[in-house]
Amino acid sequence: MNLLATVLPWAAGAFTIALLLAGWRLLRGPTLADRILALDTLYVNSVALLVLVGMYFGTAIYFEVALIIAMIGFVSTVALAKYLLRGDIIE
Amino acid sequence: MRDLPFMLDLVLAVLVVVGAAFALVGAYGLAKFRDFLKRLHGPTKASTVGVGAVLLASIGYFAAAGKASLHELLITLFVFMTAPVAAHLLVKAAMHVDPRLRPPGGPPQESPAGSDAKLPD
Repeated sequence: MNLLATVLPWAAGAFTIALLLAGWRLLRGPTLADRILALDTLYVNSVALLVLVGMYFGTAIYFEVALIIAMIGFVSTVALAKYLLRGDIIE
Repeated sequence: MRDLPFMLDLVLAVLVVVGAAFALVGAYGLAKFRDFLKRLHGPTKASTVGVGAVLLASIGYFAAAGKASLHELLITLFVFMTAPVAAHLLVKAAMHVDPRLRPPGGPPQESPAGSDAKLPD
């Protein structure tokens, strides 16, 4: 019996639904801050989804992808929030 | 998937399920709540725990497979350090765009750099 192998596809499904909900908020969100928050949630959840895929296939290649997505996602969130705050990114 | 000892299998499966449930609830809160500050509350806590639990499970799985690496630990540290910073910046931006979100009697409009950590009592 392999519990982890049974559970992984369901967890991936849950993360996919989370991605869809965040995407709905991204399209819908009344304010710009809502859309930035939705993008932030999207990248955090996609990092977790990539780690799950890496576990499922037993390869470590996806960690590099997840790490790069985490870094670029953080920088883009900060840049977008800075743009809202100041009207300019690099002052 | 390789075969794992039962206890380790159980712990990893529980971690993955907890992480997925937290992320799902957080995203549901993001889609469901009515104003921005409530919406911010869901994903910032929940998805951090969700990603943390999944990354812990991944650390355990690859350590048991004999392929332990520092990548997961790096991602965990990075996400745990950057998520609060991003949330803080988002709140500041939202308050700047919509002053009604400010707490009553809060800090002054434009505080000089370095002194904006003062919170109302």
